Amino acid sequence: MFAFVIRRFAQAIIVMLTVGMIAFSLFNYVGDPINNLVGQDTSQADRVALREQLGLNDPFFVQFGRFVLNAARGDFGISYQQRRPVSDLISERLPATLELSIIAAILALAVGVPMGVYTALRRDGFLSHVFLVISLIGISIPTFLIGILLILLFGVVLRWLPTFGRGDVVDLGWWTTGLLTASGAKALIMPSITLALFNMTLIMRLVRSEMLEVLRTDYIKFARARGLANRAINFGHALKNTMVPVITITGLQLGSIIAFAIITETVFQWPGMGLLFIQAINEVDIPVMSAYLCMIALFFVVINLIVDLLYYAVDPRLRIDSTLVGTHG
Amino acid sequence: MRFRNGILAAFAATVLAFSQGADAKTFKWAFQGDVATMDPHGLFETMTLGFQAAIYEGLVIKNSDMVTVGSLATSWESINPTTWRFHLREGVKFHDGADFTAEDVAFSVDRIRSEGSDLKVIAGMIKEVKIIDDHTVDLITPAPDPILPIQLEIFYIMDKDWAIEHKTTTATNLKGGEEGNYANLHANGTGPFMLKERQPGIKTVLVRNPNWWGSMVGNVTEAVFTPVGQNATRVAALIAGDVDMAYPIPVQDWDRLRSAPGAKPLTGPEARTIFLGFDQVRDELLYSNIKGKNPFKDVRVRRAFAHAIDIEAIKKKVMRDASAPAGLMVAPQINGFSEALNERWAYDIDLAKKLLAEAGYGDGFEVTMDCPNDRYVNDERICQAVVGMLAKVGVKVNLLAQTKSKYFGKVLAQNDYDTSFFLLGWTPSSFDSYNPLSALMACRRDGLGAFNLGGYCNEEFMDLLPKIQSETDQVKRQAMIDRAFQIHKDEVGHIPLHQQPLSWGVRDNVSVSQRPDNVFDLRYAIKN
Amino acid sequence: MTVSAHLVDGVRRFRDSDVYYSFKRSPVTIVAAVVTAIFMISALFAPWLAPHQPFDLATVELLDAFTPPVWEAGGDPRFLLGTDDQGRDMLSTIMYGARISLGVGFAAVAFAMVIGIGLGLVSGYLGGVIDAVIMRVADIQLSFPAILIALLIDGVARSVLPRDMHDEVAIYVLVFAIGISGWVQYARTVRGSTMVEKNKEYVQAAHVMGIPPALIMLRHVLPNVMGPVLVIGTIHLAVAIITEATLSFLGVGVPPTSPSLGTLIRVGNDFLFSGEWWITIFPGAALVLLVLAVNLLGDWLRDALNPKLR
Repeated sequence: MFAFVIRRFAQAIIVMLTVGMIAFSLFNYVGDPINNLVGQDTSQADRVALREQLGLNDPFFVQFGRFVLNAARGDFGISYQQRRPVSDLISERLPATLELSIIAAILALAVGVPMGVYTALRRDGFLSHVFLVISLIGISIPTFLIGILLILLFGVVLRWLPTFGRGDVVDLGWWTTGLLTASGAKALIMPSITLALFNMTLIMRLVRSEMLEVLRTDYIKFARARGLANRAINFGHALKNTMVPVITITGLQLGSIIAFAIITETVFQWPGMGLLFIQAINEVDIPVMSAYLCMIALFFVVINLIVDLLYYAVDPRLRIDSTLVGTHG
Repeated sequence: MRFRNGILAAFAATVLAFSQGADAKTFKWAFQGDVATMDPHGLFETMTLGFQAAIYEGLVIKNSDMVTVGSLATSWESINPTTWRFHLREGVKFHDGADFTAEDVAFSVDRIRSEGSDLKVIAGMIKEVKIIDDHTVDLITPAPDPILPIQLEIFYIMDKDWAIEHKTTTATNLKGGEEGNYANLHANGTGPFMLKERQPGIKTVLVRNPNWWGSMVGNVTEAVFTPVGQNATRVAALIAGDVDMAYPIPVQDWDRLRSAPGAKPLTGPEARTIFLGFDQVRDELLYSNIKGKNPFKDVRVRRAFAHAIDIEAIKKKVMRDASAPAGLMVAPQINGFSEALNERWAYDIDLAKKLLAEAGYGDGFEVTMDCPNDRYVNDERICQAVVGMLAKVGVKVNLLAQTKSKYFGKVLAQNDYDTSFFLLGWTPSSFDSYNPLSALMACRRDGLGAFNLGGYCNEEFMDLLPKIQSETDQVKRQAMIDRAFQIHKDEVGHIPLHQQPLSWGVRDNVSVSQRPDNVFDLRYAIKN
Repeated sequence: MTVSAHLVDGVRRFRDSDVYYSFKRSPVTIVAAVVTAIFMISALFAPWLAPHQPFDLATVELLDAFTPPVWEAGGDPRFLLGTDDQGRDMLSTIMYGARISLGVGFAAVAFAMVIGIGLGLVSGYLGGVIDAVIMRVADIQLSFPAILIALLIDGVARSVLPRDMHDEVAIYVLVFAIGISGWVQYARTVRGSTMVEKNKEYVQAAHVMGIPPALIMLRHVLPNVMGPVLVIGTIHLAVAIITEATLSFLGVGVPPTSPSLGTLIRVGNDFLFSGEWWITIFPGAALVLLVLAVNLLGDWLRDALNPKLR
């Protein structure tokens, strides 16, 4: 058990360092950082002096080490485009993205799981088929198209919901939330639905297929033979065993939601990290790009670590035979 | 700056709202891009300067009829041909409470000379500043300049002490790069509004300055500005009432706005001319497949391009009949415009092909075109249409359309005019022809031709220029201006396309003043 | 037997197989297959089938712009589905756009398959350290969503290459980016199957006979693995098409000179609310139809090849 934890931690650190190396290479070798920092009129002598001062002549690993230390403190330098510290930009935009993502994740679970259970239990029912068709359409329509259509319907035609932005937000220390204001809450509805839809259908299909598998197993048949009520079988035994892989997948999907937020934020002009990243790509704003990279990597690594540990704690099979580790999901 | 404690802010806002009662008017508006900076000397861009006019003020200002009137200066006179004496307004205070004096004017002139400043062209008009007393200052020009005062509307005055205290005695350099200085995100002006909150790319909030010296028509007490890049989102926001005003509105949405309840389009001709230009200076084009020579140095090639453009098609399909085709580099509202010279080159593909063949390019050639995609109305689509038209005469154009910061960062002087073929727009801030003649079409020397991206140069034209600047007889001056424009037109120095339309959208309960230079002045915004 | 005899025999076996049987029985799947075939044919033969050449600028007339579809007032029979803002025929642009979308999709899937199968075979057969390393990398990559990886690679490419060179290689970068982000599924499946096959007697016999491992893997293991690989492939195709469309919509996909369906949707978005709905809706509908068809095929294939569900 202990060895497993250590191994996972070590792996996490290796991943972070690798990502850090990519981010750092971006920073230093894509275009000349000096060119990006000074004006056209700066003399050659000044440039050389600046190189020395910034330590750009030091060996690779010294520079990389410095980058890692800075990154650990949250210092990613100055945005080329906005002339402000990148860490400021990120801390401003982070709550917007996280709030949206968490709500979307909850939505996806809250709708996806019941739908999945229902379609597994009543395989041939009419409603089941309707759900399945909806799920199929859900994974066939790209996220941005859903967003556009929702804006068209609810924002322009029906005028029920705001068409862009976060509405009014309330500052709570370093976090900002839109949930406490009416306009903020309304602004959250369409983006979170758009973001949740893909995952919702994924979860639904996953729950359905897992549950179908489980319902076929011997011990369920045995429980039925024993005469247990359907409800006890379905929810007591089948669902519980379905949930383990489902929860781990969902945990992994949280990271995916945060990444998909890029698209949703672009369509809805949601002032989060995803929109920041797209703007940075269009403007070739390297510090922002590498900072986003590191942040996202951190999220994924942490989420995966937690999920792995949870999975390990919950599934006894893993503890017995350690060679099975690495084939979950 | 933001209110850190949200609860306290909410409480304060409620108290404020109650104390102001029914007079509190929050005005929300959106533009396609963001205000570039809060530093009044950081960027010479109409939209940014127009926004800053709510916070900062200059010696003079234009009223809603585009007439120059006094702002921080109450009167001025020319005491000799190279000296203008300005009498400054008394009792004016900056937002932080400091007094406005002649020292601040002198300091601001120095500041626009500093390295990061984008207003150096204004600095070039002023050779020296003499402080006569606390409320009198002399501006000495390098040469006789009878029109100096009308060009100073966009030269904003900053407080010397505030700048020294916050270490912002040099302007924010937006095109180069270290971390922006204090004035990039903070403001301290004399204007009717104070900066309350600045989140670049997200939102900027202004509130009324209770100690402002002047009076205004508008009744806005709080103004919230948001940049909304997507056209569709911006229009949808206006229709939904999320903003009170939005601009620019895509021309194809005018009908939709007219039929939407609660909103309407505000349109009219803008004094901005959109034109095409060519690199006529380099011996070999930077971005073309022709090696060893420059096709644009041959007037037949330039004329061929002019005849290849079907401006009526562009007007009808790209601009939805909302543009005014132009043959001159200035709009009808500009002093110096002449109807006779506004004739365009005829749309004649065969003539264009013949001219190209005569010049030795019968098989056509390739060239890259630089174009912004978020600065002018339908700029990228106009460029795409031009590309299509040039394809019909054998010229293959590779279109490089970019966001305006990247575009201007590439083609302007600071980057050595790195372009071969480009689209640009221009509104003379002084509403006088000398401005485009000297900035757009003059040879690039002696501080002139700063925005002459293609380097068009004609000596007879240059001889006329100083005479136009100092001539006081209007008839003689007009004749010289006509002659200058004629020379430029005969040589096809640029190809004017059209005046673009002003295209704003407003809610029905709002009234604003729409200036022909597309500047939105908060002082005239009335919300009911 | 001769080649043609092999072929005839193969076809007959296919027609007698369970797979074909379940195909014939499911009308939805047949429709999906037909739709996919239509898209593929029109994409492949677009230069000959398309009524117009929308990317030959000399033939595009600006004055034709904003023509509505032929069944609306103001429609023009020359342009069945209307024209866009520059005068290009919608039907033709959709065909060319589908060409790009399908092209990038197939190429990315093929790329991912080659890498994934290759690494899976190596990993499963050789085992040991190589296996551990490859699987670690796979695990780590699996935790990052494909779209992010694709965005990143594309973003870096944009910054590294000067703009004009970037446009030329943009499609290859895109294929690489989408492909690289999807190899893991193939690798894992193939690895699993390889590990199973490895211990069978016929493989060990071949090994004893001195046949090189590469040949063993390719000739014996690979054919047994293709079933699940095909299933993953069709689903991956749908994902790849959507990923490319999303990247193009965000503005970081194919260059504007060779627009895909995603680019078309993006361009048309501006006109959606002002009444020229066809510029976005038709490419959007085409995209959804295509992806739906591919997904349905993938679903059917998975059910057909899954022995447990019969």
